[in-house]
Amino acid sequence: MRILKHAWNWFDDITGISDLIGPLMKHPVPRARKSAWFYVLGSATLIAFLIQIVTGIALASGYVPSSGQAYNTLVFITGTSFGRIVRGMHAFGADAMIILIGLHTIRVYLMAAYKYPRQMNWLTGAGLLMLTLLMAFTGQLLRWDQTGFWSVVIAAEQGGRTPLIGNWLGHFILAGDTVGGATLSRFFAAHVFFIPALIFLLIGFHLYLVLHNGISEPPQAGRPVDPKTYRSWYRALLARDGEPFWPDAAWRDVVFGFLVIATVAGLAIAVGPPGIGKPPDPTIVQASPRPEWYFLWYYALLTLIPKWSEDWVIILGPALFVVTLILLPLVAGKGERSPLRRPWSFVIVAFVMFMIAYYGVVGHVAPWSPRMEALPLPPRVVGATSGPVAEGAIVFHEKGCEYCHTVSGYGGIRGPDLTFAGDTMTSAQMTTRIFSGGANMPSYTGNLTPDQLSSLLAFLTSRHRRPLLSLPEASR
Amino acid sequence: MSGNVPSEHAQHGREETGRRRFLSRLSVALGALGAAFVAIPSVGFLLGLRKTPQVWRTVGKLSDFQLGSTVNVSFLDSSPLAWSGVTAQTAAWLRRVNDNQFIAFSMHCTHLGCPVRWLADANLFMCPCHGGVFYADGSVASGPPPKPLNQYPVRVENDEVQILTSPVPIT
Repeated sequence: MRILKHAWNWFDDITGISDLIGPLMKHPVPRARKSAWFYVLGSATLIAFLIQIVTGIALASGYVPSSGQAYNTLVFITGTSFGRIVRGMHAFGADAMIILIGLHTIRVYLMAAYKYPRQMNWLTGAGLLMLTLLMAFTGQLLRWDQTGFWSVVIAAEQGGRTPLIGNWLGHFILAGDTVGGATLSRFFAAHVFFIPALIFLLIGFHLYLVLHNGISEPPQAGRPVDPKTYRSWYRALLARDGEPFWPDAAWRDVVFGFLVIATVAGLAIAVGPPGIGKPPDPTIVQASPRPEWYFLWYYALLTLIPKWSEDWVIILGPALFVVTLILLPLVAGKGERSPLRRPWSFVIVAFVMFMIAYYGVVGHVAPWSPRMEALPLPPRVVGATSGPVAEGAIVFHEKGCEYCHTVSGYGGIRGPDLTFAGDTMTSAQMTTRIFSGGANMPSYTGNLTPDQLSSLLAFLTSRHRRPLLSLPEASR
Repeated sequence: MSGNVPSEHAQHGREETGRRRFLSRLSVALGALGAAFVAIPSVGFLLGLRKTPQVWRTVGKLSDFQLGSTVNVSFLDSSPLAWSGVTAQTAAWLRRVNDNQFIAFSMHCTHLGCPVRWLADANLFMCPCHGGVFYADGSVASGPPPKPLNQYPVRVENDEVQILTSPVPIT
């Protein structure tokens, strides 16, 4: 022990490290009292990021960022016992980082901690939020399975909607004319070097600003921020009622941060990493790419908005999000901080949370997606094994009707449920609909023989609200 | 500062200020130039997209394709990098229209690029992502796609059906 103490004293003497770190750790912070636990979200985000760095380095040591081999190396990593855990931690760590940075943003917004003098704290934080989303996108893509492959194509098509430079941008994302050898390496470099470097820079700046401006005190209704007097008032507050950051405030960060790490590790061990899909082979036609949960709401929104607005929303939607984040501290940099005096802030947060949750669920269900794996209707549902009704049920499946229309719980949910079609439509109305189609239904003019049409109508008109027929044993 | 030699001091101060201004400008300029030496080739490499020529790729013998049927074919990109693996392939939907005429549709939905599937019985292309549907001729039947399916040039040479490799269409 004495030797260690000597060694430390010698090291500290020639480096001055405790003179540097000590005041930083012990700097006074306002007592947050009842809201103290709200203040752990920022450091927890940082801890999630540190998990990503460590597990990411471990993964990079086994991953080959080549379009032809990445998939196999991922299968290899997942096949080792620690590799499986590390992959799981990297995936759950990404979820944690997104959730935590989202909650941190909400906390800062609700408490209006972005007001003077902390506008730049907010702006650097907004930059970190966007970079985190970019990390999430590029990261799921590095799995380089079928979904990873198609994510690149979809990103390129979305980028392609940009006016003037769209075509160039689309091919820039692909790194050439088509997805190929050059594509994945770039996303790897972006995910592992470029974006993390920017994140490091911004975190450094963000933390410097937290120290420079001091952590915001919990807001109080009727105590607006006045830039002329705020700094001296804040200094007086710290002198009167501050507490040293270490350990009075920091212990909560440590406890919560530990819980984050334990949760991520626990989930990684218990649940394991996300499954690896089919290989990134563009010739495999059976592909239904879906975004990760954090982008599902956006996927749903892009589907449900009117068709004419799509070009605008794809470009202006994200642009508006960025501009709003930037403008917020610039136009609302002073005045009341308490959410009680800013009731709109609750409405806005509730609205955003609702949109993300509601459209996330909608995007997960994806009612607009045809259920192309739907099997032919069983005789129990059809109610006949021969004759026009049975033939019509086959036409209903073969012509793809069933992919979008439900009958007795089978099939897709894009179009109306046809379980009781015979009760609601006449044969003539059905014929008109089948031939004319609709905004989301193709016209079947010229696509059905008279026989097919009549058996299809026989099947549809036989759909009535009545108990299902029980068939004799022989027809099962 | 002594009062009897003010001009000498002022003269010296002016020289000093000028010297400092020159040195700081020199440092900033050299710094910028040095950064440019590093940045130009790096950014240039990143922005320089590899242009590949368009070439005709054989996807099968004429006799392999039945009249009127639409099948999935795949072909090698024009100049794939050695480490492209399976991504060096491109797939297309190929239909034999008559003895010597083919249509090759791009797999990419014109909405956001997802892979459309040909439903032979239904005579439709369907996209699994947002439910876009195209008629057999590639025109939009329903859903969000803004444009008909893209087509690749196809030709028949010496009894071989060939498709011209093309960039992924960005719509």
